[in-house]
Amino acid sequence: MAGRPRKPLWGQAAVLIAILLLCVFPFYWMVTTSLKTHIVALEAPPAWLFEPTIENYREALFEDGVFKTLANSLIIAVCTTALALALGVPAAFALARFEFRGKRDLWFWFITNRMVSPIVLALPFFLIARNLGLLDKHITLILIYLTFNLPIVIWIVTDQFRGVPYDLDEAARLEGASQFRIMRSICLPLAMPGVAVSAIFAFIFSWNELMFGLILTRNDAKTAPAMAVSFMEGYNLPYGKIMATSTLIVVPVLIFALLASKQLVRGLTMGAVK
Amino acid sequence: MRGKVSRKTIFAFIGPAVIGLALVGIAPLAYAIWTSLHFFNLTKLRKVKFIGLDNYGSVLSDPVFWEAMGRTFFLLGTALPLQIAFGLCISLVLHQPGLSLLKSLTRLSLVLPMATTYAVVGLLGQVMFNQKFGVVNQLLGGAGINWIGDPTNAFAMIIFWDVWQWTPFVALVLLAGLTMVPGEVEEAARLETKKKWIVLRHVQLPFLVPGLVAILILRTADTLKLFDMVFTLTRGGPGASTEFISLMIQRVGFRGFDQGLASAQAIILLIITIVLAQVYIRVFYKEV
Repeated sequence: MAGRPRKPLWGQAAVLIAILLLCVFPFYWMVTTSLKTHIVALEAPPAWLFEPTIENYREALFEDGVFKTLANSLIIAVCTTALALALGVPAAFALARFEFRGKRDLWFWFITNRMVSPIVLALPFFLIARNLGLLDKHITLILIYLTFNLPIVIWIVTDQFRGVPYDLDEAARLEGASQFRIMRSICLPLAMPGVAVSAIFAFIFSWNELMFGLILTRNDAKTAPAMAVSFMEGYNLPYGKIMATSTLIVVPVLIFALLASKQLVRGLTMGAVK
Repeated sequence: MRGKVSRKTIFAFIGPAVIGLALVGIAPLAYAIWTSLHFFNLTKLRKVKFIGLDNYGSVLSDPVFWEAMGRTFFLLGTALPLQIAFGLCISLVLHQPGLSLLKSLTRLSLVLPMATTYAVVGLLGQVMFNQKFGVVNQLLGGAGINWIGDPTNAFAMIIFWDVWQWTPFVALVLLAGLTMVPGEVEEAARLETKKKWIVLRHVQLPFLVPGLVAILILRTADTLKLFDMVFTLTRGGPGASTEFISLMIQRVGFRGFDQGLASAQAIILLIITIVLAQVYIRVFYKEV
């Protein structure tokens, strides 16, 4: 575009700022509401200027047990992500590198699991977990989150392995390396960006999940989103506390998403532009 | 020879994932099919008995089920065009040259809605759209609109949040498509015509099609799954005005305790999902 007379960019700038504000404003409102006392939070019309307090956070974290539910969410999200990688990376390697019958169907089956509504699995999983005494246990959520994490890992990592040049495998094989060795020492380091992206996705999806957490946990393994929802009972809702809990849930994942935004966008748009 | 390995090796790599997903994905499904063939109420577990396809008959002739289904596709049909329209505008603005710092900031801010916990979006909706002390009515000049308690307004609010959360996704996918257009081609087209619409239609659109297809598939799947945000915002109400398919099944199974009927509904939803996925893939990915 060099050399062409440029129109003033005010219009473009205004649109960009509007988009930015629309994206950010709900978070601004969430954080400010979380800093209001119960009385200020129920002012009509709502106050924009007020004296902030961290009382809601103190109450939520230490009196209502939000701290424990955050720890539960973290344990569950980390474990299910690790498990999805442990199972998914070798499977992705096989799908990218080996030839065998039914490969396409298998890949398709893995991927379609992402399309299935979780409620379809929540009903039977609840009954099974109840019969096996697995309600309100971390392991139950860790396992059921595999139904959406494993497809994500396999989808992204298979694609990444396909991008690793096959010549490298060949050279290693002539040296006498086993397939496992080839995957671990040659292909995996080169496929690391894809593995990282899929891990980020798996973590965020697990951290954000509500329905399974609501149905399959009560106290011991209760996740943070389920906790936030449990404040919603009755009249005269504690909006400040609800927003404080929401902030505690959302802020870590937003920081995580901003730090990894390049990789996230790459993962999201992968397959969408080919 | 490329890819020739023993069956044992193949199984060692892919077996654990297949077994894992079968245990958490297929075994429960088999159990759901069993449940769906029984009278199975959580409050009357002594009376569980085989009733064949009766539950399926009830679902297929139940207007409530089809209304929830219709509502779900109505949401998809209203939210998705908005997301594509806004997403396309945003991607075109971001694709224009200049203002690189502001553009990076905007791109960064687009990541935020997508990463937000869906349940929190619903809770935020409760606070911001509250009739008395909500900031939305304040910004509308003290309009005093009853958002959560009115069927039409509640539905509009759901559309608003769905659009807020997923327009950034559409915008980023389309932006990735726009950057695939070779610079010289776009430049040449711009010298030919001053009309942006013609450049979009004839030069850029072909590069956007794969992204649009992916958006259609993912948004359809996500709308059929939609639960968390609506549950925390309206619980499907008022009445049944925002009760989408996943919420309805949850209500029947866990608040109505009729696991047999809910399982039959879930199986029918699964069949509809698979048929839709197959149709999409047949139509759009003929060569795969």
